[in-house]
Amino acid sequence: MTSPFKISIGPLLFHWTPERRRDFYFRMADEAPVDVVHLGEVVCSKRAPFFDPMIPEVAERLQKAGKEVVLSTLALVTSDREMEALEGAAEAGLLVEINDVAGVPAVKGRPFVAGPYINLFNEDTLKVFEGLGAVRACLHVEASAQMARLLSAVKGKMELEMMVFGRLPLTVSARCYHARAHGLAKDSCQYVCGFDADGKPVDTMDGQNILIVNGTETMSHGYVNLAGKLPELQEIGISHLRLMPQDVDMVAVSKLWRDAVDGRLSPAEAESGLRGLCPEIPFVDGYWQGREGLAWSGEEAE
Amino acid sequence: MNEPYLELVCPAGTPAALRAAVDAGADTVYCGFRDETNARNFPGLNFDRREMKEGIAYAHAKGRKVLIAINTFPKAGNAAPWHKAVDDAHSLGADAIILADIGLLDYARRAHPAQRLHLSVQAAASNAQAIGFYRDRFDVKRVVLPRVLTVDEIAKLTSEVGVETEVFAFGGLCVMAEGRCALSSYLTGTSPNSQGACAPASHVRYDEVDGKLMSRLGGITINSFEKNEPAGYPTPCKGRFVADGKVSYLFEDPVSLNTIDILPQLKAAGVTALKIEGRQRGRAYVAEVVGTFRRAIDQLAGGHAGMVAAKSLDQHSEGGRQTTGAYKKSWR
Repeated sequence: MTSPFKISIGPLLFHWTPERRRDFYFRMADEAPVDVVHLGEVVCSKRAPFFDPMIPEVAERLQKAGKEVVLSTLALVTSDREMEALEGAAEAGLLVEINDVAGVPAVKGRPFVAGPYINLFNEDTLKVFEGLGAVRACLHVEASAQMARLLSAVKGKMELEMMVFGRLPLTVSARCYHARAHGLAKDSCQYVCGFDADGKPVDTMDGQNILIVNGTETMSHGYVNLAGKLPELQEIGISHLRLMPQDVDMVAVSKLWRDAVDGRLSPAEAESGLRGLCPEIPFVDGYWQGREGLAWSGEEAE
Repeated sequence: MNEPYLELVCPAGTPAALRAAVDAGADTVYCGFRDETNARNFPGLNFDRREMKEGIAYAHAKGRKVLIAINTFPKAGNAAPWHKAVDDAHSLGADAIILADIGLLDYARRAHPAQRLHLSVQAAASNAQAIGFYRDRFDVKRVVLPRVLTVDEIAKLTSEVGVETEVFAFGGLCVMAEGRCALSSYLTGTSPNSQGACAPASHVRYDEVDGKLMSRLGGITINSFEKNEPAGYPTPCKGRFVADGKVSYLFEDPVSLNTIDILPQLKAAGVTALKIEGRQRGRAYVAEVVGTFRRAIDQLAGGHAGMVAAKSLDQHSEGGRQTTGAYKKSWR
């Protein structure tokens, strides 16, 4: 029986060195049982020049390994340089994921993926995107099971993807909070975001881990984990499960998900396996439940 | 009527605030219906249909305009309240409807082909190509720019897009791109995008712990104040957090946006309209801020630069402090 899901590796949102990034994607190509891999810088245009030259080599290796390569693009486009980067990505010959509405004219009618930074919350908006050429939509971080179900009912030929593992990108800004935390501004940032491979923890004044800053982006401290919801995801008609690259063994993470979607592990076993790979990080699934995003319906961490 | 030097667009959370704004010299007032179709869905605020009709009549009698904001994102499975709001705004004679959701823009354009539409800041259209999409697809006549752009970027955009631009001139400052922030929903489950309320009062609590006042949102500590310190509202991006062992206002200090000192630059950038934030604020705030901006604009229009000082609005600013925010590149 063919698997009901394709597993995708989302765009790497952190500022890893180009060598580490390349090695990460080589491992995804050679070892990870995934179907789709996203390349491209989403968070900050200042980071892009480091890895951009390696993208053709990495894309080729991934494609040779049978992976679909999707090029993700910037979440917030304000400058000419950023617009040129978006337009360049749209012309690169790969399926493009747009995260800013500016991507719609940039793809010039070619098929595209509507990324999770696009405000696609309802059926009418989905239909407009379908008409514009969207072949897939990765639902917004705030998407609940109920919303996914309603969108799935009208999705036609569009594929729906959910972020099912990793830190949730909660918001974008023009301001760089990584730089600000170091007493710097975005223009003179010294790329301090590169110090934190999984983002910089931002805790409450009474010591609760709550958020992560990652350059201009603010993320959840907890990792979303919808492994326990696999039967529901399947029943709703989600076709793609997106694993966000984190500073953990992503090959092992992807193998657990593969085993779970292929039925070799129960959802509970997969969840417990994932817990073992990142024991310090709380899991969250509140948005899926229609609650506050940081809520968690599963077992508490030790 | 002559084109104003800069059109002054003012908030009205209540019929009294609408009248106060008109009386204080607003060219235009913006308001919303009393439900989750608008981005200031707080208890006791906004207009029922009769109040909206009367408000529009009051403004129109004095030659002013009324814009109706229907700028949240309709919930899947429940578009009807948003469609009804658009239909009613149209039939009540709104001078423009302010929308953010692409599906709702599509509905409004098809249902009311001649209705003037503005693009809400909640759409966060921050570049010429995104604005061009909304212009070409939905014929929006004006875009409210997100607070992520510098004055230079605004000037360039305005010259390129072929629609009017409106920028925020005063008030509470979103430090994230508007319509693209899930911080409040992550802590409370209530989404500004869908339900129209950031950091809703129903989820706010103040607790005294060891002589300190802790402000909490959804049970999460956003700030902690000493006895003599004024306690701010726990909006997540305005809180104090700990990074690398240091406590700071990591996202933004408690400040308000105030552009009085850069109005000539905004005019030179080609901006059509200035927006005052604050539909959740009372009549007195509206009258004072609108009146101050009215004087500042009139003096500039008459060739008298810089006679109204930014500090005249200190008392209406968070923490008594003001910023020009993203309009200056160093803010980033």
